[in-house]
Amino acid sequence: MRATVLVRPKQGILDPQGDAVQGSLRKLGFDVSTVRVGRVIDIELEADDPAGARAALERMCADLLANPLIESFEIEVDGA
Amino acid sequence: MSDRPVVAVVVFPGSNDDRDAAWALGAMGAGPALVWHEDPELPEDTGAVVLPGGFSYGDYLRTGAIASLSPAMDAVRRFANDGGPVLGICNGFQILCESRLLPGLLRPNRQLEFVCRDVRVRVENADTLFTRRCAAGQELVIPIKHGEGAWYADEGTFVQLAARGQIVLRYGEDVNGSLGNVAGVVNEVGNVMGLMPHPEHAVDPLLGSADGGLLLAALVDAAAAHAFVAA
Repeated sequence: MRATVLVRPKQGILDPQGDAVQGSLRKLGFDVSTVRVGRVIDIELEADDPAGARAALERMCADLLANPLIESFEIEVDGA
Repeated sequence: MSDRPVVAVVVFPGSNDDRDAAWALGAMGAGPALVWHEDPELPEDTGAVVLPGGFSYGDYLRTGAIASLSPAMDAVRRFANDGGPVLGICNGFQILCESRLLPGLLRPNRQLEFVCRDVRVRVENADTLFTRRCAAGQELVIPIKHGEGAWYADEGTFVQLAARGQIVLRYGEDVNGSLGNVAGVVNEVGNVMGLMPHPEHAVDPLLGSADGGLLLAALVDAAAAHAFVAA
């Protein structure tokens, strides 16, 4: 089963990387007011059904893929 | 058996201050022992643990995140839970936060620049295993060298830590966007500390400052005391 995990800096958390990208986009002439940089993690895993995959992915996020102090995550399971 | 207390220095792939830490600990009277990250156990007579600076696992995912799951960290976690003194320096601090042995975590410097210079840090709490050779309010000159040293915790946690004296070191100025200029914190029990400045690079006046020696010598004291109790 294929899945994608999107990890984002939580609202209110300073994202200097996003700020730097925003500054560069503005230099290129784009009228950009906010940029936040996160992470995309594509995963292939063994699971009986999308619900089982989702449960495993939730645990992966809690244990490693995201740090709940500063990051939120979203899970997309293909075909779910 | 040597009468020098054993201080285990855990070496991760990408650690680069492990030998400096071992050398400095030796100069402070410890018997340093390098421990590979895949070792499931610490040396039997370990009195303290140092997690050194560097870029373990290339800082993949988040700094310290991958290293926090290594076999040696399971041993460090057991050692810390038994009251053993543990000091994390720079990347070691990041690993302790990702291991949830310390509160908060380290974020990229606000200015997005790697900072490498001597800084002044103030001892906020001299009543810890790690700072008892210092005076409260004492200013130490110790170098920092990091790109991800902005310590962050939510407001409630920060207020609670400050009230309990767990904010041990603060920078004398804003160097990286660290919340409350925090440079070092200790856990609630008081046996696990992390700091971004590098005390192992400040143990000889010839190199600008010997102030880091105060922290490492206190750790060696604690190692001797812990080894005595454990024996």
